[in-house]
Amino acid sequence: MVVDLTKCQGYAQCAFLAPEAFRMVGDEALMFDPAPSDDQRVKVLRAAAACPVQALQVDMADLPQPPPAATVVAAKGDRLRRDGRIVIVGASLAGLKAAEQLRAEGFTGTLTVIGDEPEEPYDRPPLSKQVQTGFVASADTTLPRRRDIDADWRLGVAATSVDLDHKRVVLADGQEVEFDRLLVATGVRARPWPVPEEAALDGVFTIRTRGDAAGLRERLLAHPRRVLVVGSGFTGSEMASVCVELGIPVTVAEAGPAPLVGALGGVMGRISAGIMREHGVDLRTHTKVNSLQGEDGKLRRAVLSDGTTIEVDVAVVALGGVRNVEWLESAGLAVGVWGLACDAGCRAFTAAGLVTDDVFVAGDVARQPQPMFGYQFLAMEHWGNAVTQAEVAAHNMISSETDRWPHLEMPAFWSLQFGHNIKSVGVPPIADQIAITQGSVESRQFVAAYGYKGRVVGAVSWNQGKWLDFYQQLIEQAAPFPLPYDMTNPPADRVPVPAEFPDRTYPGREATVVVTGHDPSERRATLVRPSRRR
Amino acid sequence: MTEPSVFDEIVDFNNRANPWPLYDKLRTQPVWQEPDGTFVVSTFREIYALFHDPRISSDAANLLPEFAHKAGPLSEGGGALPPSFIRTDAPRHDTLRRIAMRQFGPPHRPDRIDKLTPALEAIVTRLIDGLAGKGECDLVDDMAYPFPVAVICELLGVPEEDEPRFSAWVDPIVNSAGQPTPEAKQQAKEAFQQLGAYMFELAQRRRADPGDDMLSGYVTDDGPDGQLEGGDLFATLVLLLIAGHETTVNLIANGWLTLQRHPEVLERLRTEPDFSIRMVEELLRYEPSVHFVPNRIAVADIEIAGATIRKGHPVVLVLASGNRDGECIPHADRFDPDRADNVHLAFGNGVHYCFGAPLARLEAQLALTQLAKRLQNPRLVADPPPYRPSPVLRGPIHLPVAYDAVLPA
Repeated sequence: MVVDLTKCQGYAQCAFLAPEAFRMVGDEALMFDPAPSDDQRVKVLRAAAACPVQALQVDMADLPQPPPAATVVAAKGDRLRRDGRIVIVGASLAGLKAAEQLRAEGFTGTLTVIGDEPEEPYDRPPLSKQVQTGFVASADTTLPRRRDIDADWRLGVAATSVDLDHKRVVLADGQEVEFDRLLVATGVRARPWPVPEEAALDGVFTIRTRGDAAGLRERLLAHPRRVLVVGSGFTGSEMASVCVELGIPVTVAEAGPAPLVGALGGVMGRISAGIMREHGVDLRTHTKVNSLQGEDGKLRRAVLSDGTTIEVDVAVVALGGVRNVEWLESAGLAVGVWGLACDAGCRAFTAAGLVTDDVFVAGDVARQPQPMFGYQFLAMEHWGNAVTQAEVAAHNMISSETDRWPHLEMPAFWSLQFGHNIKSVGVPPIADQIAITQGSVESRQFVAAYGYKGRVVGAVSWNQGKWLDFYQQLIEQAAPFPLPYDMTNPPADRVPVPAEFPDRTYPGREATVVVTGHDPSERRATLVRPSRRR
Repeated sequence: MTEPSVFDEIVDFNNRANPWPLYDKLRTQPVWQEPDGTFVVSTFREIYALFHDPRISSDAANLLPEFAHKAGPLSEGGGALPPSFIRTDAPRHDTLRRIAMRQFGPPHRPDRIDKLTPALEAIVTRLIDGLAGKGECDLVDDMAYPFPVAVICELLGVPEEDEPRFSAWVDPIVNSAGQPTPEAKQQAKEAFQQLGAYMFELAQRRRADPGDDMLSGYVTDDGPDGQLEGGDLFATLVLLLIAGHETTVNLIANGWLTLQRHPEVLERLRTEPDFSIRMVEELLRYEPSVHFVPNRIAVADIEIAGATIRKGHPVVLVLASGNRDGECIPHADRFDPDRADNVHLAFGNGVHYCFGAPLARLEAQLALTQLAKRLQNPRLVADPPPYRPSPVLRGPIHLPVAYDAVLPA
């Protein structure tokens, strides 16, 4: 089972009806056990039916078999739909959702899913939350199957290159897989600690995979003297929160002025810093980690740029992600640090800025123009984006030109830390101003809107997520900023102030949604004329 | 006299049995301004948006003076009690609701409702056992009413034998919902006073001798938000007592009526395990207990669907109409328990989402399933049945059902 926490608004119906599988944290944040025991089945079905926003996805094996529906269009005369070959690289959330969408739309050809990790697609958000607190085992995070996708799974073997001339993907073990349509869903990996010998010390973790999460959980159970969290984006902040919950002393080293600054700006960052310190986190801002030092291969201490040395047994490196695009470099596609560029229909661009016919992109690795933000390319690391983009990509892969969909989903994400539910819609990092619009910062129950050149471009709620749909509409309508009318629960001060985003976002700062300009190819294509035509 | 508006026709008791064609007519225009200045919203998308719109208030203090008389007594305390949390805005709403929730559900009492399931099942069994040997029953008086009353009494800690006392106060309050006469409002106010006094006395008893019920929790437990004080406590208790059963009565009665009208669905309820879960969800959409939310107020001019809702005017959200909006819900007029992604408005949405929704769902699932399995050859004696007066809390006042026998549980 999985809950789409982007949709979840915290109505708690599931937590009432299946309290062993779903737990509310505070008023509106939800933790769930993705693999509840069999005796919970009826309760989980009750919970799934009751969800007011239908955010619960239950494995098909647990669903009552519905009577045959007439929704699947039979693959009529279309050769591609009937017996085409589709390859999905990335056995991830996006990869799985694309596969399900393809079958749901009546694709009956061969489907190959390639993944470098040995496991079937699993859900990553719990890895830095309920897996670390022990509510859920990392092995139980496998994503539910909503339908039979009849795929040829090639797991534990990475794709190493793609040959567009011959339309085939080459795997690390030398296998080649031919395709008619390719979906690139290789996502992001954790940015490692930059010094390899230090990164190799026992006790130094990144947190992206199930293996990472299981190892870290084991280490947290062994009562470390202190945990060092390097970076305070969402993953770093959530890890600090986990340590507090587990009663483990924790130091957070943040090179910037405050936590979450890349994603939410300086005003929210200061609020977040205050909350961290209230909970006893040793937060060091404007502080870098100069070195991680060990003895006998084990992490022992960290030297910080503020001149101090701290004794630590565990370091969690949370410096953002690296897009998995290296395997595409030789293919002449528009790849760069922000991923593989594609059009609004998820079709990949070549390095020359031309759109391809047969290569599609979805998930964290995609860099896609968004009409709501002036058709600038956005790079997003959001759960909900991976789902909707995969569905659009899959649909377009097997649809004729006139049936294709644009991907217009509003960026949205959530984070649960220190008992607070933080949700965001739109693209806060593009903003120049921010204004509190509802509630009070002191009570930690408020909504803030972000403005850019006099229009609403984003919003963030702290424990007030049920209002965000309203702000989403404002963003879609390019409504004026600041909001020019009265509202219930007005804040003491609704005057806009500078949003204080870092001048230039760089990949090491966890922004989760980054505006990356209008140019499909960051690498600037150079036109090389073939010699025989010279 | 001016021509009655579509909304007037909906409120007209003569149309209670079948308001659906009128809702279709209402939806030809998403937002109507009534001659009296009230705005009526009838389409799914617009209702949903307004539930999440911070320019919509639940606090009657935001009404312009000329609309002050429109503040309905149902949730108002009728002037006798302070407004309950459903008639307040954040931050006060959030605090009151959080304190109320602390004794009812997550995060503080996460398994209260789940743990109640065997007791709920036992009450249903007892009530249906009582139908044996009769050949005919009133599904309202014999099941849809006594079941939720027994449950809310147990939960709140109200002695069930006091039911005749408090139902004499609840009826005038419920009947005054919608567009009450001055006499009805006065009766409701007196009823509120008496119900409040009754709750006061009960609270005294629970304070001295607390049990595991919610009322005992309210008067003894002190959470981070403190306790409900004075009038707030009685307003909350009255609200929970009334809302705790008056809506579920309709859900079960409307539910049984709908099942009798769809024998193939009734048959599936008899035979398919867990079928009641999705069936009740569809029932909530198709025949919601609360037909409209009458008491919202705009605190700013709101541009929506080509209309402007004016600041200080009352706003009525017609949930039952939104639930049948074919623009957003495929084959909306068909009762289809297999419907995927059933998102409906039966319990409202946003911060005021129905407090007791999980209990209502469970009660309806258990009651309707056991009725279906145990009543042999049930048939409606009258279709349509007679209805209760309220256009807001809409449902049969009696639902006579004939049957051949009652099977053992």
